[in-house]
Amino acid sequence: MTPRDSHGERWFDQEAGPIVRPYAVTNGRTLPDSSASFGLIDVVVATGEGPYGHFRPGPEHRRILGVCRRPTPIVDLTSEIDLPLGVVRVLLGDLTNEGMLRIVSAQRQPVPDQRLLRMVLDGLESL
Amino acid sequence: MDLNPYDSARQDSARQDSARHDTARQDSASQGTGPSAVPSTAKILIAGGFGVGKTTLVGSVSEIRPLRTEEPLSDRSVGIDDTHGLSAKTTTTVAMDFGRISFSSQLVLYLFGTPGQERFWFMWDDLSFGAIGAVVMADTRRVADCFASIDYFERNDIPFIVAVNCFEGAPRFEADDIRIALTLKPEIPVVLCDARDRESVKKVLIGLARYVMLSRSQATTASRG
Repeated sequence: MTPRDSHGERWFDQEAGPIVRPYAVTNGRTLPDSSASFGLIDVVVATGEGPYGHFRPGPEHRRILGVCRRPTPIVDLTSEIDLPLGVVRVLLGDLTNEGMLRIVSAQRQPVPDQRLLRMVLDGLESL
Repeated sequence: MDLNPYDSARQDSARQDSARHDTARQDSASQGTGPSAVPSTAKILIAGGFGVGKTTLVGSVSEIRPLRTEEPLSDRSVGIDDTHGLSAKTTTTVAMDFGRISFSSQLVLYLFGTPGQERFWFMWDDLSFGAIGAVVMADTRRVADCFASIDYFERNDIPFIVAVNCFEGAPRFEADDIRIALTLKPEIPVVLCDARDRESVKKVLIGLARYVMLSRSQATTASRG
């Protein structure tokens, strides 16, 4: 039995702190309803369009759209709106499904190409 | 001016894309400058044992930012009753830091320290996906601490170099001694560094970028020949 504090929150242990319910904002969904995968350094941008259907963006959706008025890497977006990465991915799935957001550039697989490597090398050398 | 290298690169890399990432994730990117320009992004992993200086190294060259993510709670760490039927969905949030270097011309390089503790292994695939490569930091007092990282990168074909963080008071070794102690392949660079020193860390990252360029171009030549 895990201990509970005075607010009724469950505690994993003293170090971990309270077990929060981050997926409340996703209605409990832990994976995006989308075939797209959202890599940490993929860049997303709001389209200014949509939604297609009867989807009503929640407050967190709107915060994401606000940040993504300019193209933003997902890791920066996650840091800025201060929600866990998994939660952000679910919300991004909603927004891309509705055409309100799109991925504009994504990580290459399996490895970055020589051109990107050269850009990084040049950048580091000029630091 | 072409600020987005992805268009031409896409065709080169499309052939190599693994099946699980074959979704059309790359819409036509908008071109231009200013706030609407799409930054190119790249990432480097900083690995090594707990306390080897990963955060120090990242902080020496980049802006540190926080990232919240989740850690699955295993049955081992939570009573069975609590996770019964829900184990796949039971998580707790954890905080980690990452480094961000914004170069000119819309290029951003991210440095991700790979979490050293065993309970964070689940994050490594996410962090390493699409990475340029990795710096494995070694401490000569606890060389064995970086075996796990080296093992991971070798298994996943992620290029890496070894950076020996020269702590004061720690025994000094030649790079070749470290290479033998870690049973590294001869082509893998081993460099000595001071994680607190910006210039030293720059050299480490430059060394990694050069090594990756060289090893990837050789791999391409080999596969074509």
